[in-house]
Amino acid sequence: MTMPFYVAPEQVMKDRAEYAQKGIARGRALIATVYADGVLIVAENPSRSLHKISEIYDRIAFAGVGKYNEYDQLRVAGVRHADTKGFAYSREDVDARSLANLYAQFLGNVFTHEMKPLEVEILVAEVGSNGKPDQLYHIAYEGTITDEDRFAVLGGDAETIAQRFADGWRGDRDLPDAVRAAVRALAGPERTLGPDDLEVALLGRENGRRAFRRVADGELAGILSGPDEPAGDGQASGGARSGGEQLPGASDGSP
Amino acid sequence: MALPLFPPTEDPGPDFSSLLRRSAVPAFPAVPQGADIAASVRHATTVVALRFADGIVMAGDRRATEGHAIAHRAMEKVFPADRYSAVAIAGAAGFAVEMVRLFQTQLEHYEKVEGVTLSLEGKANQLAQMVRQQLPLAMQGLAVVPLFAGYDTSRGVGRIYSYDVTGGHYEEADYQATGSGGRDARTTIKLGFREGLSREEAVELAIQALYEAADEDSGTGGPDVVRGIYPTVAVVTADGYAEVPEQEVADRFGALVERKRMGRTPNGSASGGGEPA
Repeated sequence: MTMPFYVAPEQVMKDRAEYAQKGIARGRALIATVYADGVLIVAENPSRSLHKISEIYDRIAFAGVGKYNEYDQLRVAGVRHADTKGFAYSREDVDARSLANLYAQFLGNVFTHEMKPLEVEILVAEVGSNGKPDQLYHIAYEGTITDEDRFAVLGGDAETIAQRFADGWRGDRDLPDAVRAAVRALAGPERTLGPDDLEVALLGRENGRRAFRRVADGELAGILSGPDEPAGDGQASGGARSGGEQLPGASDGSP
Repeated sequence: MALPLFPPTEDPGPDFSSLLRRSAVPAFPAVPQGADIAASVRHATTVVALRFADGIVMAGDRRATEGHAIAHRAMEKVFPADRYSAVAIAGAAGFAVEMVRLFQTQLEHYEKVEGVTLSLEGKANQLAQMVRQQLPLAMQGLAVVPLFAGYDTSRGVGRIYSYDVTGGHYEEADYQATGSGGRDARTTIKLGFREGLSREEAVELAIQALYEAADEDSGTGGPDVVRGIYPTVAVVTADGYAEVPEQEVADRFGALVERKRMGRTPNGSASGGGEPA
């Protein structure tokens, strides 16, 4: 019979945190920010079909970074929770805060009790209605939940990107401006990100019952070719202004 | 409420009904065997659907009855199922409205979990399963018989499905009506239908059909001019589901009643549901 080695609880937690952080740091980052008409989420994601950003409910969106199968499982659980709650009570009783708390409890529980922590960081966003503010809940791999009222950055190199994005942040930007600012912050000074590298979706205050909408590649290309901000860092391509073209109310983005 | 997570072998997938069964929210409570409550339960009646050049029109009267009494005068029987389809109900109102809510949630749930929308055929099959689950209730006189119609985005046409209490569903070529006044409504549409109707003509025909049904059937409500309650009319095209504005419906009923009265005065013979104006 072999005796297990004694490992101090502090060491166990530290190892787990390190493991999860490593997994998350490998993933590409995403930015969620409040803008003039709601909440915008911009993720670096070369895949067209494996989404990082998804719809949960009428005014709630989900975004995740890290291991795809793990955050996708959480996304589906969120959809199930929201739809069940809306069916049992009423659509207006479904809110981001209670869902974010459930996620936080689950992640916290897995972190302390399971062999392997989840290598994910997730975001639950809700666009406010009737004068209520927009909400962004950032939930870390160990269940820490932070409530942001301006923007949140998730994933690898989050701190650097957050610093870049905080610089000159405004909550009243229109959609093209907000997208370009987020893409600039994600790319950093050395890289340029095109529509093929990005996944962009938004929760629009004026989108009707289902606020979630994906920004399709064509529209995104138009936005990205627009003028850069005056204090730009030299990667403006200087095309014609894209006049904020919108798809007619396509809530799901599928053709 | 806990976070609904399931082990991979027990995952309900994109099926909302199956999810509900696992989360102890009963979708349809059972009615005790032998309980004869059919006469004291609200019933909804006539709904129609017909195809036109750009999609489908669906319409329903607003009356709910309890036995021979009028239980509700402004009940809605036509609902958007999702962006490109509509569902209308006839039968036991309580179960029918709950079925619509479940159906709407199911379609949206599928779309969100799977990331794509169901095909129109898939939606019609889903509804059939829900109707079939009601069969024991139907045997006790609490049948729910919906009509389902929508715009098939992959084929670019409007399509209509009718149902029976066993969950049998049948695709209709041009039009269908169900409920207690369904027969009269269907006959009216049959007389006025032709291939390639415009939106205006199709809406007019649906309104005429409901008028004639209300004329012959005590369970179907006609236009209620006193209270300003008119049947619900919805159109589904490539642009999605849209309800016809109440004012337009009221105006069309006003014109129809006027034509009927004019037709009566000199010779005393009312004209039936002829060509739309």
